[in-house]
Amino acid sequence: MTRSIERVAAVGTAPERVDGRAKVAGKAPYAYEHPVERPAYAHPIQATIAAGRVRGIDTARALAVDGVHTVLTPDNAPPLRRGQDAELEILQAPDVAFRGQIIGCVVADTPEAARHAADLVAVDYERRDHDVTLASDRPDLYRPGEVSHEADTEDGDVDAALAGAAARVEAEYRTARNHNNPLEPHTTVAVWDADGLTLYDSTQGVHSLRSAVAEVFDLDESRIRVLAPYVGGGFGSKGTAHAHVVLAALAAKRMSGRPVKLALTRQQTFTLAGYRTPTVQRVALGADTDGRIDALAVDVVEQTSRVKAFAEQTALPSRTMYAAPHRRTTHRMAALDVPVTSWMRAPGVCPGMFGPEVAMDELAERCGLDPIELRLRNEPDRDPETGKPYSTRNLAECLRGGARRFGWDARPAAPRQTRQGEWWIGTGVASSTYPVHHAPGSAARIERRADGRYHVGVGAVDIGTGAWTVLGQIAADALGVDREDVVVTVGDTALPFASVAGGSSGTTNWGSAIVAAAHGFRARFGDDDPPAGSEHTESAPENPDTERFAMHAFGAQFAEVHVSADTGEIRVPRLLGVFAAGRIVNPRLARSQFLGGMTMGLSMALHEEGVMDERLGMVVNHDLAEYHVATNADVPSVEAEWIDEHDPHVNPMGTKGIGEIGIVGTAAAVANAAYHATGVRVRELPVTADRFLTA
Amino acid sequence: MRVNLTVNGERRRADDVWEGESLLYVLRERLGLPGSKNACEQGECGSCTVYLDDVPACACLVAAGQAEGREVRTVEGLADGDALDPVQQSFVDAGAVQCGFCTPGLVVAAHDLLRREPDPSDEEIREALAGNLCRCTGYEKILDAVHSAAGAR
Ligand code: FES
Ligand code: FES
Repeated sequence: MTRSIERVAAVGTAPERVDGRAKVAGKAPYAYEHPVERPAYAHPIQATIAAGRVRGIDTARALAVDGVHTVLTPDNAPPLRRGQDAELEILQAPDVAFRGQIIGCVVADTPEAARHAADLVAVDYERRDHDVTLASDRPDLYRPGEVSHEADTEDGDVDAALAGAAARVEAEYRTARNHNNPLEPHTTVAVWDADGLTLYDSTQGVHSLRSAVAEVFDLDESRIRVLAPYVGGGFGSKGTAHAHVVLAALAAKRMSGRPVKLALTRQQTFTLAGYRTPTVQRVALGADTDGRIDALAVDVVEQTSRVKAFAEQTALPSRTMYAAPHRRTTHRMAALDVPVTSWMRAPGVCPGMFGPEVAMDELAERCGLDPIELRLRNEPDRDPETGKPYSTRNLAECLRGGARRFGWDARPAAPRQTRQGEWWIGTGVASSTYPVHHAPGSAARIERRADGRYHVGVGAVDIGTGAWTVLGQIAADALGVDREDVVVTVGDTALPFASVAGGSSGTTNWGSAIVAAAHGFRARFGDDDPPAGSEHTESAPENPDTERFAMHAFGAQFAEVHVSADTGEIRVPRLLGVFAAGRIVNPRLARSQFLGGMTMGLSMALHEEGVMDERLGMVVNHDLAEYHVATNADVPSVEAEWIDEHDPHVNPMGTKGIGEIGIVGTAAAVANAAYHATGVRVRELPVTADRFLTA
Repeated sequence: MRVNLTVNGERRRADDVWEGESLLYVLRERLGLPGSKNACEQGECGSCTVYLDDVPACACLVAAGQAEGREVRTVEGLADGDALDPVQQSFVDAGAVQCGFCTPGLVVAAHDLLRREPDPSDEEIREALAGNLCRCTGYEKILDAVHSAAGAR
């Protein structure tokens, strides 16, 4: 077992966020806003074909624009080290692998001049027919190899068990291409000087970004500093380095000493900042007459770019959700002429809890069971995937507690029973889950200073999650002092190494480091009043319990849906999520995390779809006017609750991570509620009005 | 061209402004006021909302020249020194701020709503703020913040 914090005083309270005042006053500097001397501005030139190569680039007209300094192209760009991450190795070859790929860059005195000049660059292409169509019957689908989990798993004999099942669901489900769209577009300010490179960047991980940039520029990491004190959201799209960071650094290198600022436009973020692959999920469930699942199969087809393979782990959650003796999961990918797919909030788990959780709803109906009862009957005693016990698993409590709170029991069992005026009304439920991720190596430094306070430094990044605030709470308890006596600094590679803000693992990794450093500090300097200058740095130790237990957060999502009988318009007046996610460090900030996740799930359910024009090979609705995200008026009542869960195994704080679980299962709950309202089963996201009009 | 305007009560001047520049750019890059954010630069997200002669506007859609001789109030001009405006304080208190990138625009839009309607209903708030996108909070806490600011005024 991990050594816990002895005293819980600040943890569990709800102080306001430490960065709140600066943000509401407009005084918090985001990446683009760090004052630098006489900056130049870079604007990317993007490929206007989806496949082929650049035969020649004519930059004469661009260079003639007033204020333009240089145009980088594959012909003149400084060399980069190649062979590691092809997404980042830009301007090194004439090949075009997707429409929108960076093939050059204008650097000018103003962003307007740079942008205008970029439009004047004439590119001669050698085109190849592009292929951007994902289909589950493509002959060239392949099994991904180089991924963090096994691509395929199999236990027992799924096909035989399915054939003999009393109740069966076999169907295909689809999720749409989703774009992260954090409100802050991806920006980088790059400054080279004699010491090396400084980057002010909108990143989720200063250290991971530094490693990536060091690699491609063939620089020692000690010569790069990355700062990101304030980041305007990320949702995964700032979790790995993208090409624009390299472009900004290349441009600044060419400008010898003059800082370069680069902000992607909203449109550019649709092709240059990662996105969630669309998925096709073939789900099969077979159960006995009591609803006990005997066979479970999830076969996924999804896409990746040709530039860089990224395998969305869509079948992952099905490996741990429900007990079933016969089980199979597979992933197959199509490599297409499309932009690089990447992380988006709850990668794999979020899309992967759509198909299976709708299938559960269908199975419940076939078995004549309430969907909650079906889920309760299939609760495993151990993790079906690994055979390990769960450190804690409170899905059943979430489902039962949520049902009470939501008023679930009043619901008629059959669909299409309740109508008020033009509206069909229904309710639906889905489970939610997210794994507890541990990443090794994070460290924290604690220093007593002359101001009497304990200064805690960790190279973490607060992308809006509240890390800055909760790390102070954790440090206060670990040191046994008041929260006011702790000052936290984050967002700088000059601070001790910290893992990326992703996978809902920030509090786990950075909090564990802080607890270790606090214990080390006290062991060295004693409990009372150490002198100013006392300083101690320590890394989080390995947690042996991660080998012994399966660690996951769980939750239950409930939705009420109204569908217009006349127009098919769909409204969601009510969402409730109940979560079991370990200890909640700061209820005020946690609630926003859950609610924000659920709202993004609602947005995924009803609106979000990047529409690929197959002739052009581009996503045509690439801005916020046409790629719809939920607005204030779309979200009538969203409530998030949690159960008081104590998990002594996950980490010293007992936290499981809350940044992603809120988005998991929401879309399935909405689709299930829409079925209950109308009797129309929608198996494809987003759930739009037209789907109800054919019925 | 040269643009003269009043920003947060102060006379300001910007030189060498290109005709196509937006007010948002002038504020952020020329006048050292990066509080108003640029998240779409085409009027879709509301994060650049400022008062232009007392009327909220998307600064990204206002050409710099249109601001000549006019009065602009940005998020930086709402607080009185260190004392936050009640709307700003309510956003902090309610937990309506996460990444904070939507916040300046939302604070200005909410401030304007409360001047026009001191005690707005849920529907009025949602409608009034529907042009301000937030990707983090899910809007619930923003609603709470506006209600509590209404109470505090
Ligand atoms: S930046 Fe002006 S509305 Fe989005
Ligand atoms: S707080 Fe991040 S977009 Fe609103």
